[in-house]
Amino acid sequence: MLKLSNIHKTFNAETVNEKRVFTGLNLELEDGDFVTIIGGNGAGKSTMLNVIAGAFKPDEGSIEIDGIDVTNMPEHKRAAYIGRVFQDPRMGTASDLWVEENMSIADSRGHRRGLRWAITSKDRERYRELLTQLDLGVENRLTTKMGLLSGGQRQAITLLMAAMKKPKLLLLDEHTAALDPKTAAKVLEITDKVIAENKLTTLMVTHNMRDAIDHGNRLIMMSEGKVVVDVKGEDKKKLTVEQLVNMFSAAGGKELSDKAMLSN
Amino acid sequence: MTPLLNWLGTLPGALTQGLIWGIAAIGIYITFKVLDVADLTVDGSIVTGAAVCAFLLSKDVNIWVAILCAFIAGMLSGLVTGFLHTLLGIPVILAGILSQLMLWSANLLILGGSIIALSRFKYADKVLITAESSAQNINVYITIGILLAFCVVIIALLYWFFGTELGMSLRSTGNNLEMSRAQGINTDFTKVLGLALSNGIVALAGSLLAQQQGAANINMGRGAIVIGLAAVIVGEALCAKATANFAVRLIFVVIGAIVYWLVYQTVIFLGLPSELLKMLSALVVAIFLGAPYLKKKYFANNKKKGGAVNA
Repeated sequence: MLKLSNIHKTFNAETVNEKRVFTGLNLELEDGDFVTIIGGNGAGKSTMLNVIAGAFKPDEGSIEIDGIDVTNMPEHKRAAYIGRVFQDPRMGTASDLWVEENMSIADSRGHRRGLRWAITSKDRERYRELLTQLDLGVENRLTTKMGLLSGGQRQAITLLMAAMKKPKLLLLDEHTAALDPKTAAKVLEITDKVIAENKLTTLMVTHNMRDAIDHGNRLIMMSEGKVVVDVKGEDKKKLTVEQLVNMFSAAGGKELSDKAMLSN
Repeated sequence: MTPLLNWLGTLPGALTQGLIWGIAAIGIYITFKVLDVADLTVDGSIVTGAAVCAFLLSKDVNIWVAILCAFIAGMLSGLVTGFLHTLLGIPVILAGILSQLMLWSANLLILGGSIIALSRFKYADKVLITAESSAQNINVYITIGILLAFCVVIIALLYWFFGTELGMSLRSTGNNLEMSRAQGINTDFTKVLGLALSNGIVALAGSLLAQQQGAANINMGRGAIVIGLAAVIVGEALCAKATANFAVRLIFVVIGAIVYWLVYQTVIFLGLPSELLKMLSALVVAIFLGAPYLKKKYFANNKKKGGAVNA
């Protein structure tokens, strides 16, 4: 479903701030894979998602989504295949637009935006049904400005918006990191549900080792722009946090961030 | 009683000016509020609208065709700014200043000098609205009626447009660029479209202004952006309801422009030297633009510090 081949990416090349993030990254995902990604700060997790989404172009290498080479496809065109949820709840939605307007923008993803009226009463019913499933009491706030909702509500709605058009790929970039533990757990629960219902191929970056183990069918650990640990299937189910930490050290990875250690 | 009557005599003029500048301010609202950019092209494109309209009238072209051409010329000027910004990566303020300067030359060429006068004897039957603005003249009420009709049609069309999928993508571009791209919106396209639409409407206002003033003049656009912003800001301040829909907001922008010209006429009437008028306009806009910042800076401590974004 996703194939990254020999990705190279350097920021600020040939300056004192030069940062080589990737020097030949390879990763392949099967259809329906739900991969959790962990790694220290600067390991390249977010950059990888941004390269896949098209926010940055790789210096070298190619990206294929479902057999389509998207390496040179602009971000807005690639969006037809990709749903995204960001770390900052403010980033995934338009704060000054209503909830239903945000949903209608996601609803138009992948087709030409023309002069059709954006929200019909039928659309509104559909949005309400989707929101009801979240069980967060947002189904009656269709005409509330997005910015007035809580971070958890916004992330949950962003998830719905990302999944609405059944993307080939769902990219979650630490989407629960800015939430309090209780809300984070709720959003993760919704995440699992949305992914299972729509059978979405997913990449989920997380700082929390426990979450990385508990969710998905495959876990990868990144360090210095490379995949250093890759655990699938039965092996992943049996994995413990302690084993994971040991694997990380064995792979020569740098210290994990404090946040990841604390969440053990 | 004479001063009061004299003052009342200035009202129809203020109303006419207010409605025309209200249309320009609606155009400015699209860039300033919807797209969240300050577009300085308007100082040039309002003159382009006036010049195109006056030039075509002087060539005996039908007034409606002249107005339509003014609108299209305005859209083209917005397109230039849009391309400078999106294709060449020039910051939008600078892109606007560059097109404004280009338009100065273009406008001189269209005008064939610095002015085209529309003699009210020669063009009385051809123009839609009149240069006369005295209360005794019945024409001024027809003028006000026509201008009101323009406002209603433009607001209705924009209300419809911003409710469509395409219009929605413009609104989301101005509100959250990252999210818009992630949702598959070509934000370069929406920005260019917004700038073109905005300047088209501003130029349309320019074509009305040329008829109302009886001339298109190379200098008539100086400070147009400031007058437009003043109208937008005053309108927002008057429209107290935060949940007001788009059409209501645009109506208040027009009201804002009318209030601006009422104040303007009154200040002149009270004897303020006309040299100071532009300074006054600029100061008023500066104060209104600065108010939210100062409020945040000096009154934030009184409120409880806001929590994290999560909840």
